[in-house]
Amino acid sequence: MGSLKIENVKKAFGPVEVLKGIDLEVTDGEFVVFVGPSGCGKSTLLRVIAGLEDSTSGRVLIDGTDVSVTPPAKRGIAMVFQTYALYPHLTVKNNMALGLKQAGTPAAEIERRIKIASAMLSLEPYIERRPAELSGGQRQRVAIGRAVVREPKLFLFDEPLSNLDAALRVNTRLEIAQLHRRLKATMIYVTHDQVEAMTLADKIVVLNAGRIEQIGSPMELYNSPANEFVAGFIGSPKMNFVDGARLGETAKTIGVRPEHVTVDANSGAWKGTVVHAEHLGADTNLYLDCEKAGLITVRIFGVYNAETGATLYATPDAAKTYRFGPDGKVLK
Amino acid sequence: MSTATRSLPRAIGAHAILLTYTAIALFPVILVVMNSFKSRVGIFGAPLTPPTPKTFDLIGYTTVIGQGDFIHYFQNSLVVTVASLFFVLLFGAMAAFALSEYRFRGNTMMGLYLALGIMIPIRLGTVAILQLMVATGLVNTLTALILVYTAQGLPLAIFILSEFMKQVSSDLKNAGRIDGLSEYTIFFRLVLPLVRPSMATVAVFTMIPIWNDLWFPLILAPSEETKTVTLGAQLFLGQFVTNWNAILAALSLAILPVLILYVIFSRQLIRGITSGAVK
Ligand SMILES: Nc1ncnc2c1ncn2[C@@H]1O[C@H](COP(=O)(O)OP(=O)(O)OP(=O)(O)O)[C@@H](O)[C@H]1O
Ligand SMILES: [Mg+2]
Repeated sequence: MGSLKIENVKKAFGPVEVLKGIDLEVTDGEFVVFVGPSGCGKSTLLRVIAGLEDSTSGRVLIDGTDVSVTPPAKRGIAMVFQTYALYPHLTVKNNMALGLKQAGTPAAEIERRIKIASAMLSLEPYIERRPAELSGGQRQRVAIGRAVVREPKLFLFDEPLSNLDAALRVNTRLEIAQLHRRLKATMIYVTHDQVEAMTLADKIVVLNAGRIEQIGSPMELYNSPANEFVAGFIGSPKMNFVDGARLGETAKTIGVRPEHVTVDANSGAWKGTVVHAEHLGADTNLYLDCEKAGLITVRIFGVYNAETGATLYATPDAAKTYRFGPDGKVLK
Repeated sequence: MSTATRSLPRAIGAHAILLTYTAIALFPVILVVMNSFKSRVGIFGAPLTPPTPKTFDLIGYTTVIGQGDFIHYFQNSLVVTVASLFFVLLFGAMAAFALSEYRFRGNTMMGLYLALGIMIPIRLGTVAILQLMVATGLVNTLTALILVYTAQGLPLAIFILSEFMKQVSSDLKNAGRIDGLSEYTIFFRLVLPLVRPSMATVAVFTMIPIWNDLWFPLILAPSEETKTVTLGAQLFLGQFVTNWNAILAALSLAILPVLILYVIFSRQLIRGITSGAVK
């Protein structure tokens, strides 16, 4: 239970096509993350899966059954929203109970599930409070609790952490990871934070302008991106792209990640001047303006002292350089 | 406001301006109420002075109440105002929800059509309305007034409420849908409580013109049975002699019910004005 299949789903708002044919398969118990730039259709795809939006064409199957005409409440899904979306007039407990009451679950069973969920998410101290009396982090945990008590086949998260501050985000991320391990449920998670994507996902789906660019495990995407878009999107700082012609290469574009470039004061492939240096403690990001390659980023592990304006030589690791064709695809 | 952000001269200045404005706004009202407690001689002799033991007289009130039907007129006004208000708020909110929430063909056209009523005064259609009421046998019934006032109040109500409904978080409505709430439950239990302040605003704007209206009661329901307060007060405006005591007393009494309704809504209204400013 808990598998999802999407077949050639398209969605248009009037003349604007937002999803341009999405095919995707999610197996039971998988944690799948949708990433992509803002406006690429991640939320729309999630809403189509939830049944909050009708697809223009294509099919959505949950556990092998076509749910195109099934209302959201009957699809066996639960959703956590970016803005929490708690019912303002209900207590934490009733917020969690409402969906179950609507489905006609016996009171004792509701009580039992709320107990388990609130213990799991440490919600007990404020179970009788209203959402207005909770902090942002607590509210989001209640929203997650409301999803958990439904015991859905499919959890849908739409950027659940983006309204939280950095420290809380890390904590809640851990909690979601633990939740997934404990419940072994299928989860679909939308984010544009790639740290969240890399740390949580079994499988990442990279979306761009309504199309899937690549599907794969975090390491697959990092090590063998299918195209320039994925290469640039996964990894931080972003991969350096250099015009092939400037380097005398046959490929249209050459890509190398900042962590796969080494610098030396005396000799190397690309001579450049330091434009800016960012010292993060654990590592240092240097921005070099190179004669041959243009502006590139270099990530050095540990502390590296470089003056702005100093001359340095950068050398890309040849084994970890990517070559892209004119269509943006990786050349083998 | 904390003491740190308060400054005495500015507070005095602000209060001076507000007090002046209040005085100007209240002056006519106070004049009416004040003179309603005076004798005829007192009213004409010194209209601007408050009642003294010599000029104090309740003759106006006794005339009005002695008229007997006046309580009935009040009842009529109250029934018409409250019923119209109820329908305007109910249908206005429902239409606003549909217009702001659902995408359907002709949505924009429908919104424009409904907003058109704000610009075209309903009184232009008086003749047609009268013909309609005669044809349906509704002349001289309160129903006629309620129907007309509902139609009159709806455009502005829909226009204002749909703006506010658009601001209600769509995530919240979607959460309700996933929890299996019907569209009606979402509307009544989730959306309406959140737009309550704007409902109060609409209620006040709708209520006052209805209560004060003379035109439609005069045309559609002038019978003794269905007279409203404003129409009833005309009784004392004679062609040759006007009973000022009675008129002023009737007007003073007519202020009361609106005042009570206003107090009921005003707590919400203040929240409506400040909502968004303080989250
Ligand atoms: N109701 C709607 N009517 C018309 N266009 C819409 C509607 N909802 C979304 N869109 C458009 O669809 C596109 C995709 O929107 P979507 O919300 O799925 O983006 P997203 O990938 O979730 O972006 P973000 O990361 O900013 O949340 C956007 O260009 C948006 O303008
Ligand atoms: Mg989104």
